[in-house]
Amino acid sequence: MRDIELKMIERAKALLESGEVARVVGWKKGEFYFDPMPAVFETVEELNDFVYNSFCGANLSKYLIKVSKNPGKTAIFLKPCDSFSLNQLFKEHRVIRENIYVIAIECQGKLSVEKMKKLGVSAITEVNENGEEIVVSSLYGETKFSRDEVLLGKCETCKSKVHQVKDEEIILREMQAGKKDRFEDVEKLEAMSEEERFTFWREQLSKCIRCNACRNVCPACSCMKCVFDNPASGIAAKANDDKFEEQLFHIIRAFHVAGRCTDCGECSRVCPQGIPLHLLNRKFIKDIDGLYGEYQAGETAEGKTPLTSYNEEDGEPSDVFKGEEK
Amino acid sequence: MQRIGVFICWCGSNIAATVDVKKVAETIKAEPGVVFSDNYQYMCSENGQQLIKNAIKEHNLTGIVVGACSPRMHEATFRKAAEAAGLNPYMVEIANIREHCSWIHKDMDEATEKAIVLVRTAIAKVKLNAPLTAGESPVEKRALVIGGGIAGIQAALDIADAGFQVDIVEKNATIGGRMAQLDKTFPTLDCSACILTPKMVDCAQHENIDILSYSEVEEVKGFVGNFNVKIRRKARFVDETKCTGCKICMEKCPSKKGLNEFNMNLDTRPAIHIPFAQAIPNVAVIDSTQCIKFKTGKCGICQKFCEAGAIDYEQKDTFIERKYGAIVVATGFKPIALDNFNEFGYADNKDVITSLELERLMNAAGPTNGVLLRPSDGEHPKVVTFIQCVGSRDTSGCGKPYCSKICCMYTAKHAMMIREKYPDTEVHVFYIDIRTPGKNYDEFYRRAVEQYDVDYIKGMVGKVYNENGKLMVQGSNLIDNEQVTIASDLVVLATAIEPEPSVRKIATLLTASIDTNNFLTESHAKLRPVESPTAGVYLAGVCQGPKDIPETVSQASACAAKVIGLLAKSKLKTNPCVATPDEAMCNGCSQCANVCAYGAITYVEKEFRLGGGKTEVRRVASVNPAVCQGCGACTVTCPSGAMDLRGFSSKQIMSEVEAICKK
Repeated sequence: MRDIELKMIERAKALLESGEVARVVGWKKGEFYFDPMPAVFETVEELNDFVYNSFCGANLSKYLIKVSKNPGKTAIFLKPCDSFSLNQLFKEHRVIRENIYVIAIECQGKLSVEKMKKLGVSAITEVNENGEEIVVSSLYGETKFSRDEVLLGKCETCKSKVHQVKDEEIILREMQAGKKDRFEDVEKLEAMSEEERFTFWREQLSKCIRCNACRNVCPACSCMKCVFDNPASGIAAKANDDKFEEQLFHIIRAFHVAGRCTDCGECSRVCPQGIPLHLLNRKFIKDIDGLYGEYQAGETAEGKTPLTSYNEEDGEPSDVFKGEEK
Repeated sequence: MQRIGVFICWCGSNIAATVDVKKVAETIKAEPGVVFSDNYQYMCSENGQQLIKNAIKEHNLTGIVVGACSPRMHEATFRKAAEAAGLNPYMVEIANIREHCSWIHKDMDEATEKAIVLVRTAIAKVKLNAPLTAGESPVEKRALVIGGGIAGIQAALDIADAGFQVDIVEKNATIGGRMAQLDKTFPTLDCSACILTPKMVDCAQHENIDILSYSEVEEVKGFVGNFNVKIRRKARFVDETKCTGCKICMEKCPSKKGLNEFNMNLDTRPAIHIPFAQAIPNVAVIDSTQCIKFKTGKCGICQKFCEAGAIDYEQKDTFIERKYGAIVVATGFKPIALDNFNEFGYADNKDVITSLELERLMNAAGPTNGVLLRPSDGEHPKVVTFIQCVGSRDTSGCGKPYCSKICCMYTAKHAMMIREKYPDTEVHVFYIDIRTPGKNYDEFYRRAVEQYDVDYIKGMVGKVYNENGKLMVQGSNLIDNEQVTIASDLVVLATAIEPEPSVRKIATLLTASIDTNNFLTESHAKLRPVESPTAGVYLAGVCQGPKDIPETVSQASACAAKVIGLLAKSKLKTNPCVATPDEAMCNGCSQCANVCAYGAITYVEKEFRLGGGKTEVRRVASVNPAVCQGCGACTVTCPSGAMDLRGFSSKQIMSEVEAICKK
């Protein structure tokens, strides 16, 4: 991991020094080893805080909407999954391709500090990845895990290790896609009876504290003005008389990103309440695949999306209804 | 302060018999903002309209709600009345208390309560209405006719005769359609080709008609008066401008085993062919799936012999784009597939044929030169049995629920023609009912029974099976209450007809409605029978419902009259209820442009102030109000709600929903 990090810093330095780019988007050290955060580096000095470790799960693409508006080119380090998000933003004209320099980086799947904590390891000071073996050092000593035990939820079902857009790459080792079928959990939900499913979601969504983290992190949720922040939209306020109001927020959000969600999994990763929000989006993705043909948002930066185009092979409205009945 | 007037119509007893109209008018008086409320027997009448006009003036009304029939019926009437009284016509809302209420309820209390809710809903909306002004759009003086059968030909000729340009797009290599395949026509028994082909020639020679044969509509954009249509001209591998129709290629072509579609596959034709002798255009076409040159790369004989040098194996599909003011759909029909009707043995016995196949067998230009010979052994059939309603009026789900309408008459025609030509032939007809309304139709059928001695048997056939070379037709005779089995030489199935399947694609391209049987839906079953609900789209022939030739021709001429009426106008009023983006909220994501069926949305780079002297250039949506049809697809697609529809704003819709949900 450290070898990639050093190469990344080296490239970032060169790009900034030569003036090829005005800024680099990457991760910087947080308060602890396990909380690196997305950051914009504009000078070589700032790169002292640059970090790329096992906890750099955050998707950086969304930050480009804002920072790439500034003069000069912006370089960005992208993991394979993040590249889907950027492509989708290109497609929606939110980011202009010419303004961006994409450095594709290696990712063996990022790790979950929450899972490590649950397995009894806290106060982590360093992590070393030796293939499938993860060695975690903490203030209390060293612990070994297998990669599968501590992989981030979103990385368990990693859909691709192929960068969808890049100008250069820093990849030192071969990468492997996730071992788990990403629709497995959706199928479990589909197999439930209507009441079971309703109970499941009520229990999950009732945990929501409406912190907006899922929305704020979502690359597809990048509207100039979000409907939930717009009093004129009529849905901004919480309804007073509904015990289960949060369902509306999450379901409206899922509808808004349907057909555009690349399934990057950030919503669930950042949820402080551990709500499996990605399952709502994945259900949409699965349905779209079934009704309108296989489609992966962000695979290309051009072309129509299944929900905003029509062709003769598209499912009929009655098929949608039947799908619901299943 | 808003001053709303409410007018409740009785519609005679249509509404008043189920809704307590006086109670509705009384109750609504208490609604905030309502300053006037009344009811009247016929609000759409001269007196009713006067009542509205007077109230607007006397009470200084700022908006009105009419509780009456569907806005499709009288919205325009009431808008005009409001305008005459000085109120903006878009300050009128209709509460549909007839179709949505009185017609579908029986209980007066319930219906009255619902009518009150519907009127309240309209009040909630009208309070948020804003005055709007209609714009104008030009009319392209050219019509498109999709389908070159008798319906399309007649419509095109009538429109062209009125002095407007018409293009006929026909997917086959020649115009003529199904009628060209028929032998004789009822009820006069004149030769189909003799009356059709002069019309085909008229089309070809008409200076205002352009025939685009072997072509298909690929894309339709725009709206009434301004359709932009992309047409695929399929490669026929023969240069239409050079081919003289000499047919030498057909003689020389070594691949002669292609099934002849024109003769219902009863004989064969060369790979390069002209579909039939009177084809228009009289130009050959190469069936590339059959042609040796295309399959092996070797041959090229037709090219060698073509003196005109018309053969072009390299020809590719080309596309043309044209503008039209109006579109006539005349896509016609085909007989249904008989896969679900194994009991009649169609697939297993060559001598079980469909009526359209019989047309070809009886036709002088057909595979037997008009001599009735059975397909299996070329012998004269001595006993011919007709089975009617094969797949028509079928509620089992195997066929079609509707009556195909033409079969009773053509079966009588076939029966008579056989008895006339071959008096020694025995002819039986199994039928459920005989349906012969129409001028001289019943007389025609009676002639078959009385004069030609055709044996009509009321009853259905259960089974047709082969026994020692005879086709045994087992059915019931309901009049004599007995089971009968008729040993026949030839069995003819009066197969149900269905719309040509390509109509589904056409309907989608045109956003024209279609019913469960794939028939295009007319705007009003009785009063607007040739208009599609999509403005500027008209329907002729079987694509709209089963009908015979005289009816088809009448409908085609009616379409033409509608088209001429439209094209004669210099300008059309546009709908002011168009989409408008809130640029401050627009993400510039193009989703609205993707869903816009009319191409009304484009994107522009605009500079916006950010405060503190800073500006930012952003990509934002821009709607062309002359092109926007107000369908609202963009407003529901926009994730941030930046797109809104004038006259149907999200706020108005939500206020309606709230008014309905309020207890």
